Amino acid sequence: MSTTLPGAPARASAPSSPTPPDPSSGPRRRLPTWQRWISPVAIVVVWQLASTTGLLAEDELASPWRVLTAAWDVTLTGELPQGLAVSLARVVVGFLLGAVVGLVLGVWSGLSRWGGLLIDPPVQMLRTLPHLALVPLFILWFGVQETPKVLLVALGVLFPIYLNVHAGVRGVDPKLLEMARVSGFDRREVIRHVVVPGALPSALTGLRLSLGIAWLSIVVAETVSSDSGLGYMITDAREFLRTDVIVVGLVVYALLGLGTDALVRRIERRALRWRPVLAGADA
Amino acid sequence: MSAPVTAPARVAGLVRDFGGRRVLEGLDLTVGPGEFVALLGRSGSGKSTLLRVLAGLDDTAAEGVEGTVEVPGSVAVAFQEPRLLPWRSVRDNVLLGLHRDDAADAADRALAEVGLTERADAWPLTLSGGEAQRASLARALVREPDLLLLDEPFGALDALTRIAMHDLVLDLWGRHRPGILLVTHDVDEALALADRVLVLDEGRIVADHAPGPRPRHDVADLRSTVLAELGVIDDATA
Repeated sequence: MSTTLPGAPARASAPSSPTPPDPSSGPRRRLPTWQRWISPVAIVVVWQLASTTGLLAEDELASPWRVLTAAWDVTLTGELPQGLAVSLARVVVGFLLGAVVGLVLGVWSGLSRWGGLLIDPPVQMLRTLPHLALVPLFILWFGVQETPKVLLVALGVLFPIYLNVHAGVRGVDPKLLEMARVSGFDRREVIRHVVVPGALPSALTGLRLSLGIAWLSIVVAETVSSDSGLGYMITDAREFLRTDVIVVGLVVYALLGLGTDALVRRIERRALRWRPVLAGADA
Repeated sequence: MSAPVTAPARVAGLVRDFGGRRVLEGLDLTVGPGEFVALLGRSGSGKSTLLRVLAGLDDTAAEGVEGTVEVPGSVAVAFQEPRLLPWRSVRDNVLLGLHRDDAADAADRALAEVGLTERADAWPLTLSGGEAQRASLARALVREPDLLLLDEPFGALDALTRIAMHDLVLDLWGRHRPGILLVTHDVDEALALADRVLVLDEGRIVADHAPGPRPRHDVADLRSTVLAELGVIDDATA
């Protein structure tokens, strides 16, 4: 899974930078050299050899070549593009729903005393619940159509966004808040220029975590019950022992996770460019 | 622009009690219009508490506060740490919160006065300590305060930068003439800069000196006196 830990973003973003290495930021930067591809390529070669020699049975794991041709086939039949579109739509809608609710609740409970007192305790209690365990209940409540899948994604997204936004807002430097007070900031300016930017690094960490969870949620929801989407394509392939199609589905999931992660990293680089480490990179 | 303030900033009988711990014990203090006052005190003597009250950061209606505080006109503060918003340019840091039509021009003029024109678009975290403190001074200055509160703003700077900052503050004071209350624990700094040097001890003003006309070359005697009042024995006169 592409989920990353809070500490990772700054360092992880460095090697993907398209700019040539900057001598002043030397040891931090690690360029992806061709040597780094030796072992991944070797693994694929061994996998292919194992399949060709019959060591690895076709109905256990298809060969890389079979996976490639299967990817081509399901793309041509429209199975993959359609499934992808359906899954993507579910993730987008669910993510937006969960993110907006998490953001509003997080800012509210972070800024206001009563908001904190009323919102924080129930959210802290609910977050210990593994939200994927709610699938049976969601099916009972909302049936097997779109609603339970979207809501499962939303619920998974809500908690990391809420927790990180809340912590970010509460963690804004009180010295800067004092400065804003003596400098004549009104409440709107305090929120816009001090609270929001101050909470942003933490909120972006929440965003990255929540995107990982969004994909995880849709995989589970679609695998348990579905008649469309990537998860359905995988479950359907299992019925016919099409391990090649299953692997195609897995690879697509992984690529989607990687893609959204790269997107957040771009947002991070842009939003946090005032930080010295990153400021040096775009100078 | 507001009319020049002619009344002094005045504190009378100020008591500040933090749950049984009395930091200020009936303190009296006056800073006249355009007057440069330095307040010396050991750590824990209540310097910062007084400054927070004057800055309006301590709620005077709260429990544990007695006495009167009158601050006519506007107040600006330069803190010990520059307290710049790291995600805003130096110029934005100076002009944010300034609700005036010519805020951008005023900010550029203030930055020019502290010699930071070239760094106006820089991120604050790329500034040196001295530059950051100058930006903080520009931010205070641009508000055209009648009373400027300086809370040990040079404490964290190296000796050479500190001397340059002293000259800058005297220069800015000469041009804009705000009343200044400089809180510091540096005796030499206080004696070099201020019209009046006050010594705060156990929540009260215990001494009030006027070092005389500037520039000051011979304040050795006064220096020993003030050090003694702060409980430090000065070897030079022993």
